[in-house]
Amino acid sequence: MNRFFEVFMRVIFFIAAFTSVLAVFLICLFLFANGVPAMKEIGFLDFLLGTKWRPGNDIYGIMPMILGSIYVTGGAVLIGVPIGILTSVFMAKFCPKRIYGVLKEATQLLAGIPSVVYGFFGLVVIVPFVRAHFPGNGTNILTASILLGIMILPTIIGVAEAAIRTVPQQYYEGALALGATHERSVFAVVLPAAKSGVAAGIVLGIGRAIGETMAVIMVAGNQPKMPSSLFKGVRTLTTNIVMEMGYATDLHREALIATAVVLFVFILIINLCVSLIKYKSAKN
Amino acid sequence: MEKNLPAINRESRKDKLHAYTKHPAAAVWTLLVHGAAILTFVCLIFLIGYIVISGAPHLNKDLFALQYTSENGSLMPALWNTLIMTAVSLLIAVPLGVFAAVYLAEYARRGNRLVSLIRVTAETLSGIPSIVYGLFGMLFFVVALKMDYSLLAGSLTLTIMILPLIMRTTEEALLSVDNSYREGSFGLGAGKLRTVFCIVLPSAIPGILSGVILGIGRIVGETAALIYTAGTVARGPSGLNFLMKSGRTMAVHMYVLSGEGLHVDQAYGTALVLLVMVIGINLLSGWIAKKLVKGN
Repeated sequence: MNRFFEVFMRVIFFIAAFTSVLAVFLICLFLFANGVPAMKEIGFLDFLLGTKWRPGNDIYGIMPMILGSIYVTGGAVLIGVPIGILTSVFMAKFCPKRIYGVLKEATQLLAGIPSVVYGFFGLVVIVPFVRAHFPGNGTNILTASILLGIMILPTIIGVAEAAIRTVPQQYYEGALALGATHERSVFAVVLPAAKSGVAAGIVLGIGRAIGETMAVIMVAGNQPKMPSSLFKGVRTLTTNIVMEMGYATDLHREALIATAVVLFVFILIINLCVSLIKYKSAKN
Repeated sequence: MEKNLPAINRESRKDKLHAYTKHPAAAVWTLLVHGAAILTFVCLIFLIGYIVISGAPHLNKDLFALQYTSENGSLMPALWNTLIMTAVSLLIAVPLGVFAAVYLAEYARRGNRLVSLIRVTAETLSGIPSIVYGLFGMLFFVVALKMDYSLLAGSLTLTIMILPLIMRTTEEALLSVDNSYREGSFGLGAGKLRTVFCIVLPSAIPGILSGVILGIGRIVGETAALIYTAGTVARGPSGLNFLMKSGRTMAVHMYVLSGEGLHVDQAYGTALVLLVMVIGINLLSGWIAKKLVKGN
């Protein structure tokens, strides 16, 4: 009886562990089964490279959204990565011990704030600010980039700080002993030694920015047009789905699911990059 | 920390300033690092401060009225829905995640192909954007399993979403349990199963709990995965089959309010309540994690 129970629970544990495999399989299956036929019907190239999205006329080209996602993410990286890396250096090497605990919790809090709250903050603070100081009506690529730049900070800070902390202390001390200043030791020796971890943090941040939906939808304007300027509204892959899924039918609905397939493939590529970076650094 | 150093290694503020005049590049780097850190934390403080200050005046009795009407924009129904969906999601995700982690940490042999497949898929799951979960939930739970827009469909979608988080935190907690515990238990004649349930899992509880609380935080803040699975109806749970009815959580409520432009005041108040909930959840998780460090 006891022996039976041991084996029985072992099987249960295994099944539980296998649910994640099952979940990924089901997600792939349902997305691809619903999205790929639509892509075929529209034509792969017409769908991916088409510059016009007019569901009313059955024209489905998602190039504006692909570019929108890339621009907004690029802007977020330009804003978030330098600040994030410098802050992670501060946390690991400059921060007085007394305030470290508070600051660490603050970065975790930054990660925990829901994206609607970020979006709302963007809507009532950043949008009016951008409207007042730049051309356009405030809901544009710039606003979305600033907001996403803030949102990816905790991801970058967390991963990069952990990477900097795993660099052996001797590297730092060796640099000091050779006469380098504290700053030079950190930036010329410690940070380069942690570069694969920092890179993983940046790529994870990119993944978060590209997948973010609710905050972007509230500040980006959401016009499905080819983005032409920093101060024009833009629609991303994620917001395209939320905007139109509510009333879409037939081919339109499937085209939206196909949009999700494209997004999913983007994310898989990003995940692969993270794994490759980790694998490479583990090998060294 | 300066005081513990021998005199020759101590550096007064004056020495430091003097050193910076000799190394201007170092001074620039220091300024950049401190500037970036200040910017980050000022952002956070400004965000929280703004939401608190502009939200506090709008906290009134109407906002917490039991029934939602288009006049009061009450958040109570959404709050109930949030609690129910959190409970249902945890009820499924916690046993599943903990058991999965037990398998990975206690039973799986190293280098097993299947185990690395499980790890890769769990990592993939944690990277998938919530809108993709939302679409999958709509296609699978709402359409294929005919649940319609319902609290149950939303909860199941959230379950898959927080599963990798719970798996990872639990596995870390299990791995940090000292091996001598297991050996002691085996030495006393306990079987594998008894060792896991009576020795290893109890000592890993703080770690598991802090993961679960982080999961709650994600559920409370989630919007994109719920709009097309649980729907956006502003109604609280009612009747016996409340799980099969549509309803919006706090975060969805917040999104709808700020989108329609009629309830801006209530949106401010709701933002504050949502923020307070999330901050509370985060502090609780941090506090438990700290207890864990002290306990060991």
